[in-house]
Amino acid sequence: MTTRRAILKAAGGWALGGTAALRLARAALPTGAADSQTLEVIDGKQPLIRRSGRPPNYESPLAYLGDPITPNDRFFVRWHLADIPEIDPRQWRLKVDGEAAGRGFELSLEDLRRDFEPVELIAVCQCAGNQRGLAEPHVPGVQWGAGAVGNARWRGVRLKDILARAQLKADALEIAFEGADGPVLASTPDFTKSLPVWKAADEHTLIAYEMNGAPLPRWNGFPVRAIVPGWAATYWVKQLTQIHVLNQPLKSFWMSTAYRVPSGRFPLRDRFVSQENETSTPIMEIDVNSAVTSVSTGQKFRAGRPMPIQGVAWDCGDGIRQVEVSLDGGQRWSQARLGRDLGRYSFRAWQFTHTPGRAGSVRLMTRATSARGIVQPQDWTANPAGYHNNVVQGIDLAVI
Amino acid sequence: MKYTSLAFAMLALLVRVACAAEERNSALKDGPDVDLTTARCSICHSTDYISMNSVFLKRAGWDAEVHKMIKVMGAPITEEEAQQIVTYLARYYGVE
Repeated sequence: MTTRRAILKAAGGWALGGTAALRLARAALPTGAADSQTLEVIDGKQPLIRRSGRPPNYESPLAYLGDPITPNDRFFVRWHLADIPEIDPRQWRLKVDGEAAGRGFELSLEDLRRDFEPVELIAVCQCAGNQRGLAEPHVPGVQWGAGAVGNARWRGVRLKDILARAQLKADALEIAFEGADGPVLASTPDFTKSLPVWKAADEHTLIAYEMNGAPLPRWNGFPVRAIVPGWAATYWVKQLTQIHVLNQPLKSFWMSTAYRVPSGRFPLRDRFVSQENETSTPIMEIDVNSAVTSVSTGQKFRAGRPMPIQGVAWDCGDGIRQVEVSLDGGQRWSQARLGRDLGRYSFRAWQFTHTPGRAGSVRLMTRATSARGIVQPQDWTANPAGYHNNVVQGIDLAVI
Repeated sequence: MKYTSLAFAMLALLVRVACAAEERNSALKDGPDVDLTTARCSICHSTDYISMNSVFLKRAGWDAEVHKMIKVMGAPITEEEAQQIVTYLARYYGVE
């Protein structure tokens, strides 16, 4: 990869005297992950927290998520395989075919823009492994903190409109996605994902060519990616080049082995029946979660002055009913004020003002409740791949 | 939102002290078979994957990771090399 990078700071966590809000959090991460994280600039991005350089995996400092729409240059980056081509948008084609497609065809970027109704949707994109690094006990994988998530206004076309042109046969079972990225070695399984037809045909599932009014950044899937609102980002295939209409389940390492959770350990809402087996199911919905974006661990405040506590909350599309804030490590909870509703798949901003009366320590926690009544848990339900980590986080602040 | 703006301003200051680097592959800890480990693992990914996943795996955990890379990801590593790599990882990035 020929990316130019600037590296900020080295070991030990942010020793250059930066603002507390951008301090690289260490608590709960494996020591090696805490020691090796750096803020680093990759093409077109503000400094992001590096988890791995190749393939590039970078998360957003939580301070970047303060505005409910995450700017493109502050949006997290996640790739599985290191061969990531630069795509010439004039050469790019989206091929639609498969044994359960009545007809196959190819679309250029111009075709996509011209032939289908453009639609916009604000939706949270969150890595299935967000907060994996905070899991106890630790499990191997990219040791994400809480910043492998972002929220954008996506513009593109409905996947169902493209599928209508493909004239699905009665036995169509799954819609598979393939991107232009690939492995270094031919022996490594390529990254392919599929959706059940019902989710692919949902009016909110998009094939997007714009993010926040601009072309997608290269690292977020230029020129076109899938948008699967409410579901983990693993399905939001980047640099999309192929859509296959399948009459049998996609057999792919990334479906059959990876991105799965043990059966019975988590409540089922959405079902992906053709990919379920006796022991596990694919990961699907994004869990209800919240993040504090205005303060971070170690920050000091003066007694008698208001502390600005704000952040965002989100879930899989039910919407956010309430966000509660605790200043005593979870003993007492108060309601935060919710910001404008930007749609059920969007981040919901929230705010809480507290003026500490006297010096001491504050353990700040937030917990969101979805419109369906699901509350962020205090404890993580262990699973081998470290998914579904939406546990309430603690932030230790000092009042002086 | 002004706190966020302040944070960005501070960050912009810090970026100026950044030094350019090409594909920085944080060097693994020196020890027997560090070169073999770096050479084989770096075929497909930067070695920060190793430091990031420490320190919490026992030898069996690193053994499982290395063999996953061979069996699932198709890494060209012989079994003899795998044992050397696992020994290195367990010693320098593992829980004894």
